[in-house]
Amino acid sequence: MTDILAKDDQQLLLGNEAITRGLVEAGVKFATTYPGTPSSEIGNILETMAHKTGMYFEFSSNEKVAMETAAAAASSGVRSFTFMKHVGLNVAADPMMTLAYAGVKAGMLILSADDPSAHSSQNEQDNRYYATLSLLPMMEPSTPQEAKDMIKEAYRVSEELTVPLIFRTTTRVNHARSVVKFGSIDESPAIGHFDKDDKRFVNIPAFAKLNRVRLLEISKKAQELSEGSPLNFIEGSGDVGIITSGVSYTYVKEYTSGTSILKLGFTNPLPEKKIAEFIRNKKCIIVVEELEPFVEDQVLRICAQNQLNVPVYGKRSGHLPRQWEFSPDTMKGLADLVKVQEMPVPLDQCSIKLPGRPPTLCAGCPHRGIYAATKKAVGDNPHVYCSDIGCYTLGVQAPFNTADFIICMGGGAGAAGGFAQATDQKAIAFLGDSTFFHAGIPPLTSALFNDHKILMVILDNRTTAMTGHQPNPGTGRTFGNVNTEAIDIEAMVKGVGVKFVKTVNPYDVKEATRVMKEAMEFDGVSVVISKMACPLELKKQKQLINKQYSVDGEKCIKCYTCLKMIACPALIKNKDKTLTVDKTQCIGCGMCANICPKGAISEVKQ
Amino acid sequence: MKYTIQIVGVGGQGVLLASMVLGNAAMKAGYKVSMSEVHGMAQRGGSVLSTLRFGDNVISPLEATGGADIIMGFEPVETCRSLTLGNKDTKILMNLDPIYPSMVAAGFEEYPNIEELVRSVKNVNQHVATIEATKIALQAGKAVAANAVMIGAIAAIKGFPISKELLKETLMETVPAKFVDLNSKAFDMGYDAMKH
Repeated sequence: MTDILAKDDQQLLLGNEAITRGLVEAGVKFATTYPGTPSSEIGNILETMAHKTGMYFEFSSNEKVAMETAAAAASSGVRSFTFMKHVGLNVAADPMMTLAYAGVKAGMLILSADDPSAHSSQNEQDNRYYATLSLLPMMEPSTPQEAKDMIKEAYRVSEELTVPLIFRTTTRVNHARSVVKFGSIDESPAIGHFDKDDKRFVNIPAFAKLNRVRLLEISKKAQELSEGSPLNFIEGSGDVGIITSGVSYTYVKEYTSGTSILKLGFTNPLPEKKIAEFIRNKKCIIVVEELEPFVEDQVLRICAQNQLNVPVYGKRSGHLPRQWEFSPDTMKGLADLVKVQEMPVPLDQCSIKLPGRPPTLCAGCPHRGIYAATKKAVGDNPHVYCSDIGCYTLGVQAPFNTADFIICMGGGAGAAGGFAQATDQKAIAFLGDSTFFHAGIPPLTSALFNDHKILMVILDNRTTAMTGHQPNPGTGRTFGNVNTEAIDIEAMVKGVGVKFVKTVNPYDVKEATRVMKEAMEFDGVSVVISKMACPLELKKQKQLINKQYSVDGEKCIKCYTCLKMIACPALIKNKDKTLTVDKTQCIGCGMCANICPKGAISEVKQ
Repeated sequence: MKYTIQIVGVGGQGVLLASMVLGNAAMKAGYKVSMSEVHGMAQRGGSVLSTLRFGDNVISPLEATGGADIIMGFEPVETCRSLTLGNKDTKILMNLDPIYPSMVAAGFEEYPNIEELVRSVKNVNQHVATIEATKIALQAGKAVAANAVMIGAIAAIKGFPISKELLKETLMETVPAKFVDLNSKAFDMGYDAMKH
């Protein structure tokens, strides 16, 4: 139904789909990413259609690499795009800060998809501060249509200023869906040429000092562009002025009335003159923006510098919250300042106690097996489970409880070294295949180097599962007309000098337990690779061999070892305490049969 | 005119597909459309919520608490969990076929009695329509067609602003060719179940 490449049409598009259409319309020829919600769909779409538009696209091993790769393209005259979730920009911040000094020849956008309310993230940082920190221009769309339209303008501005532009979205722009009208498709070169220019591109101290001055001049010019930008416009009238940006604009526009609205799309640098003019003669100003008081604090400064004695309300005044994403309900906080649409009285919460429904590891997920094996192997020995960002964070739940420390990609593996050194507990780091390539290699080499006796368990399910099955260096590349071989994790780990490296089949829980015990006893850095493809990925590839298992009621002694160790959603404990296998969920992995002490679970012979 | 549908259910039930069918039908009917979906971790068996708003001047992708014109509940517990999305005038379409959360399946938590759940909803709202969408889908041929049953059912709700014909046509364009017959049958059975 969705066809991003259609001509002169309108379609019901997800914000992320609209963004890919915007890239096509802007003639972008080079894109890179590391997958992260809420930006992941952009990559999934580009993977399938980039080659049709002559665009090069790749999943890089992390955001830093993605930033550097895209920077090279833009420095060679090829319009490039790199995108990531908010925490991904922390990884990529290092190259970005100096890239601002070097600048680019063709346009380059850095999309940061922020996640207020941390729907699928470890924090809810506001990345708009990266724009003021790096002195890079920034734009923020409010809707899918605007996201698409703004991209062309963003490339124009990036090229006029010769620096990358930060394109900041939030979850409710990325994952909003609305009718998007398509525009014309521009062309730009796919192959560039890099002209040596050491003073710009080689930021040794002598040159960096000069580039700082250059960047400040560019920033001044950006200020002028922002003042005149059609992305910053005034709507409505009234002596109460609202200044807003991003998705917050849609809530202001629909759920409040009777005000004058200054809607900001070009949000770094802010159009200071335009803001001062807007504020002059207003009774009061309200700043409506998600997360931090980024615009609000600058508005307060602009008021002070222009001797404007107009009260400014927003987060600092307590009318709006600083935590979590906004919604129409948030507008109720402004009821004593502006006319807010009357809202119906919601029904009471259900009086019956409802069971929770947290996301869970899938039926037949191989992670269940290695977690069960680890628990068995660890027994009562003191330990700390360090985890990473991916499906395995779900290991935090019962019955596994195998995540004691999670901060960021690769962070668990790094922390494991610290726990190993600073405590008398065994540190076990879990990370996925993709996260191993993302940020797991440096902590492994550090552990070897510093003799931290950690046990690293690489949960290699042959894909980047949590974000929607994107490929990674461990899966090999088979898209965009490029085929590369999968990198062998075991050989790689041996290659850096780890003496204990074993690969196990997590469905064979008994054998995996034996290996885990051995690994824990090893005096040094040990690595266990739990290797089994994600069943969801196999299903997508139509490679899942569907087998069925069933419980023999005669043999089952109701010890529930299977539930306690694996808790597979396909195993159902009935009201009469018997166990059955849910045929619609069972994939026939045999994990439960492997651990049943009485051999009561077996494959159904077709 | 503005109309808001809050579609709630469990990852894997086809909530997002159903919301796409409804959204595309609304677009074809000439309305402005604004939607919002929950992605990411929710796809691992968690609760799923999709907000669909359409009408003459919808801008925001989210609706205020209590502002739903209809709650389309794909799963009984999820319908109850989302009651605050509606108000006393909200219509509630409630599938009665449960999907057990993992902790219920493993026997660590209890799933409430379905009749009690329905009664608790009816206690606070007079406009509850119930359906056994999964059972009907099985009769039509396959459990996965439950979302087509639900779309058929919503078409039969009194005052629903998109026509049955347009909804069915959009559904048929959305599903893979080999499942057109199954979905067509499921849609009709869902519609008929509501009409009786």
